[in-house]
Order: sequence, then C-alpha cells, then structure tokens
Amino acid sequence: MRDKLREYLEKNFGDALIREDDFRDQQSFYIKKDFFLDICRALLNHDEFQVKFLSDICALDWFGDREEKDGRFEVIYNLFSLKFKYRFFLKVRLDGEDPEIDSLSDLWHCADWLEREVYDLFGIVFIGHPNLVKIVTPGELQGYPLRKDFPLTYEIPQFSYNKDEPPEVLQ
Amino acid sequence: MNINMGPQHPATHGVLRVELELDGETVVKATPHIGYLHTGIEKTAESKLYYKVIPTTDRMDYLAPMSNNLGYCLAVEKLLDIEVPEKVKYARVLLTELTRVMSHLVWVGTHTMDLGAMSMMLYAFRDREYIIDLYEACAGQRMMTTYFRIGGLAYDLPADFDAKVKRILKRIPEAMTDYERLLTDNRIFRNRTIGVAKISAEDAINCGLTGPCLRGSGVNYDVRKANPYSGYEKFDFEIPLGHNGDTYDRYLIRLEEMRQSLKIARQALEGMPEGPYRAHVPGVVLPPKEDVLSRMESLIFHFKIITEGFKPPRGAVYQAIEAPKGELGYYISSDGSNKPHRMRVRPPSFVNLSALPKLVEGGLVADVIAAIGTIDIVLGEVDR
Amino acid sequence: MGLEEKIPDSIILTTLDKMVNWARKRSMWPFGFGLACCAIEMMSTFGPKYDLARFGMEVMRPSPRQADLMIVAGRVSMKMAPIVKRLYEQMPNPKWVISMGACASCGGVFNNYAILQGVDRIIPVDMYIPGCPPRPEQLIEGINKLYDKVMKESLSGKKDGKPRGL
Repeated sequence: MRDKLREYLEKNFGDALIREDDFRDQQSFYIKKDFFLDICRALLNHDEFQVKFLSDICALDWFGDREEKDGRFEVIYNLFSLKFKYRFFLKVRLDGEDPEIDSLSDLWHCADWLEREVYDLFGIVFIGHPNLVKIVTPGELQGYPLRKDFPLTYEIPQFSYNKDEPPEVLQ
Repeated sequence: MNINMGPQHPATHGVLRVELELDGETVVKATPHIGYLHTGIEKTAESKLYYKVIPTTDRMDYLAPMSNNLGYCLAVEKLLDIEVPEKVKYARVLLTELTRVMSHLVWVGTHTMDLGAMSMMLYAFRDREYIIDLYEACAGQRMMTTYFRIGGLAYDLPADFDAKVKRILKRIPEAMTDYERLLTDNRIFRNRTIGVAKISAEDAINCGLTGPCLRGSGVNYDVRKANPYSGYEKFDFEIPLGHNGDTYDRYLIRLEEMRQSLKIARQALEGMPEGPYRAHVPGVVLPPKEDVLSRMESLIFHFKIITEGFKPPRGAVYQAIEAPKGELGYYISSDGSNKPHRMRVRPPSFVNLSALPKLVEGGLVADVIAAIGTIDIVLGEVDR
Repeated sequence: MGLEEKIPDSIILTTLDKMVNWARKRSMWPFGFGLACCAIEMMSTFGPKYDLARFGMEVMRPSPRQADLMIVAGRVSMKMAPIVKRLYEQMPNPKWVISMGACASCGGVFNNYAILQGVDRIIPVDMYIPGCPPRPEQLIEGINKLYDKVMKESLSGKKDGKPRGL
C-alpha cells in the first residue's frame, strides 16, 4: 500500500504535500494545513484504501529546537487501514502564534475527545469542533501543560485548609 | 432530570463522573467528565532519561503493568533499531499474556460486582493472586513490576518460574469453568447484559474502539495478528469474535481471550529457548553484572548508561501493542538528546470511553453501570 | 475459672476513654475510596487471601456519611483535591485518615503540575503507609497501628471536630 498511497497523494494532492518521511519503515506525510481536511475526507471515503480508522491525534511542540524551523507545533494524525492493516501518519505544522487547524470530528467520532485533549494540553484550536473545552486539566489551571515553556513542577496555591477562618496573627 | 454519577461512585471503576440527563428512566444524554486522575505522565516522561520512564508507564494501566512496559520498551527498541534475544521475546509474550488474564480477571470481578454478583469479585481476586505471585518472583514487586527493560529484562527468570507458570496454567482454567457455570447461563446476568450497550461494527470503527469492544461487534482487528510484534507470529492462537456487539458478547470474548492467552503462555513456556536475558548492545543496554565487576569497559558503559543514558537518533516512531483493553500505542519523538522529546500514549481506555454516550443514550439508567463496566476502563490510563 | 470469679460483684472497672476507644476501634468502617493503583491493592486486602475481615473491617461504606475511616488510596490530582476535601468534611466525627502509598503521602514519583504533593496538604492524616503500592500486609499493619493510636486518644481533648495536626 505504501507506493500506491504515495502515488495517489502525489497525483491528487500534489500541491499539498511538503515532504515524505520514512523513518524506521513508518510512512508519514508532511502536508499543508489548508488541504488537510480534504485529504482526510478523500482517504476516508476512498474505495480501495478504506482508511476508516483514526487511531490517534497527538501534537508536538518544537519550541526552542534549533533544527526545526517550519513552525512550532506539529499535529500528528495516526491513520490505519483495516483492509490492508497498514498504518501511516499525516503531519501538519502550525505556527506558534494562535495555532489553528480544521477539526475532524465530523468525519470520525473519536476525533472529538482526542482533539479536546490536544486543545487542553497544547492550546491548539480546532476549527469547527462542536465542544472545544478542557478535558483533563482542572478549570483553574492557566496555560497549556505539554508546551515546552510550561514548567513541570508548577504548583498553584489553590486553597488552604483554613481558608474560611480568619488568619492567625502571630504576636 | 439530571443525575450526577461520581466522581467518587462505587461503581465507576475509579474516579469518573458521568452527567446523565434523564427522561423518566431513559437516558437522553450522557456526558462523561474525566481528568480526576490526570497525572501528567506524558510531561513527566519528557524530563526523564529513556530508561527512567518505564516505572511511570506501570502506573498508567495499573491492571496490566507488563503490557505498558512492553509497549514502551518495544517503541524505544524500534527507535534505537535493536533486536532482543529470543528468550526475551518468549518471556515477554508469556508474561504479557498472563497480564491479559489478570486484567480480564479483575474486569470479570468488578463488572459482575457492579451488576450485583458480589461473590465473583472474591473468586477473581483469589485467582489473580496466583499471577501476582509469579510477578513477585520475577520482579520483586506485586503490581508495579518494571520488569521489562529496554533491550531485555531486568533480571533473569527466577528458578521456580516453570513451576509457578504451570500452577497458573492448571489453576486458572479450573476457575474459569466455575465462572462460566456461575455466569454464562445465569438468567439474571443474561437479562442484564444481552442487548445492553449495543454498538454496530460501523459505529465501533468510527468511534475508534479497539480490543474486545471492537471485536464484540465482529470486526477482526487484533494488533497481535495484524502487525505482529515481539514474535507473536510464531504462536498459534485465535481471535474470538462476537456478533451482536452487546455486553454479553464482550463478556464471552473476554473469557475466550483468557483461554487463548493461556494457550499462548503454554506454547511460550514449552518453547522457551536458552540464552541471555538482555541484548548485547554496548552503550544502550546494561552489561551483565559479572562483567561490570570484572571488566573495565563494561564498568564504564554501566556508569555512562546509568548517569547520562543513551542518545537515540532524531526521529519519531509509533509502536502499537494489543493491551487487554485494546490497541495501546506509544509515539516517541526523539530530538537526539538523552530524554524523550515527547512521549505520547495512545490510550485504549480513553478512546473507548469516548464512545460511552453512544452506548448508553436511549437505554435505561440502570444499564449505564453495565456499559461503563463493559468497556473496561482504567482511569489511570484515561487521564494519564 | 472464669473472669467472673475474680470480680465478685460482676463489675468491670475501666475508664470511659478506654471503653469508648475500644468501641471505636472495634467498629471502624472504612470508606470505599479508591483513586488509583493502590485501590487495587486495597481490594486485594479485602479479598480472600489477605482478608481484612479478620480485623473487623469488612464493611466498606460507599457513602461518606456512614464511614469513619478514609483510606486515600492513590494519587490525588489537582482536579480531585477539592472533592477529596469535601468528602472528608462530609464524614461524621470522629474520623481518621490513612494515606496509602507514596503518591498520597508525598506525590511519589509524580513531582509535577498535576498531582497534589501529599494529601496532608488538604486533610489531616493519621497514618502514612509507604510503598508504591504498599503490600496488603503493609496496609493491615498500618490499620493496626491506627488502632493503637485510637486506643490512646482521650475524650477530653483533640477529638473536637477541629482539624488536627495542621
């Protein structure tokens, strides 16, 4: 399926492909953000490939990395064809300022929660998502924990046991 | 009417909150709220050396710690492109299959307890202790074993390994006959499970369900067969499939999976080759202890691995395994340093739980408990 | 032969403290409160092999209103912390807390933004049990130690509903 998929994408979405990566036998395509939704819809409805299974959506933050210059965030879509038992990745690079990308929740039901998680942990906005709110972190938490500029051991002084009592004044 | 189940509810398998909107007894809308056990494991992994991440993976799906270890170790081994000895593969397969049995045992105990059969939990926990006993002999810990390491195992298999495995292989099938006699034809159990929380094959695929939940709807997808890892292609086993996609089918599948797992474990035990329990990869895998004490370069390697770890090449890999709950995947991105740039876990429970509204909406409120039980979630893995 | 012969008037003399403490110790009802990994180990403790019922503790109460011992079994996340505190406040006095496992006691291996670094920051803890997760024997030992502690308490002070040890 590897070569067929490449041919198909090059033929139909030649403008959208930036490059192909083949690290450790894993095929991944870097694609442009604007064509992304069309490619996903085409792959889902393609009669031969039958990419019906969206395995995972995750993101990376290349903040502070010297070699990666195309954009700070990378959103990775992990797609799987049940017919060919073949897994490949679509990767989209996003800018650091106001990262936005189209939502897949119309196409796949599971994209709903996976996108919410990415939004919660990275602050990437999915356009067209029906209910884009925090999912795992508490509501009081400011910032996006999995960004590289978020400290690991950040602790918020949320409440103390004696909050309702007047503070004791030491004489 | 709105009802709030949880987050501390005795039947929610941990800290899950489900907001139910009811019309009489019928569920109109169900909204699961998660995050009450958010541990920040993915963030923690970014600050640790590669081999120090293994203990945190144990604590995700704490009912199946060995599966988590295996997924992580395989992913890092793929990133480093190293091959482990045959004995390690066999031992890993054997122990992960017993982990599957253990996870399903806890599932059958807690799920049936939610449905009202208190005694099943006691039976399941009694039989689980045999496997825990084996874990303890191998790794010295009852639950959080951290037994699989990058490139091999933490220690060699214990002397009484064979005897302990044989005891499990003898004991669990006997116990399962008892479970089946108690449950399979039990009228109450059947009434509460047949036709409850149904999902069609189309929907199951679209929801991204994996594991017994997907196979209950008749979709033949198991990572062990589809993309074999760790030498699974050498073992002879079958993938049980359901027809109706309801709670009862998933129960039957899990029981059959336990049988198949024991079958694989028996094959692995019989075919267990001799050999080292760690790969020989200088600079990545710790050298044997005797060498460390007698040879200079081994001592240096040991010191360097422990203090500064190893540096995989730049790139990203994804490794999926078939955990008891479904497809557990690790996406590890390396930026060439000695710590993972990003470790993403594809949690089967998280994705399966997101289908909960589909399973319960339109059903009765009493069936919500059955639906939560049947998708077999572990909140540690859902929230991470 | 029996005790009665030694006490001719059928009266046992004791202090009120001792009697009340004895009653409390012998009827302790834990709150079924599982958070994470330690909860599974706690279930093992209630299970057939370790059988906590030997110590008169087999009744797990699903409601905080009927419980007097809270076993915080597992890591407490920032999102769960207010709920843990509220559940503790709902328990009637007198009440005791066991912090089970490294995560509940001090955050364990998870020193990060998401985990409360010790449940004693929000509720008073009577007994800490180390381990990740503790073995069932450790939990039983911890409960027995708590019993000893209960026996030493006095009605005249301490247990007045005010938080202790903070």
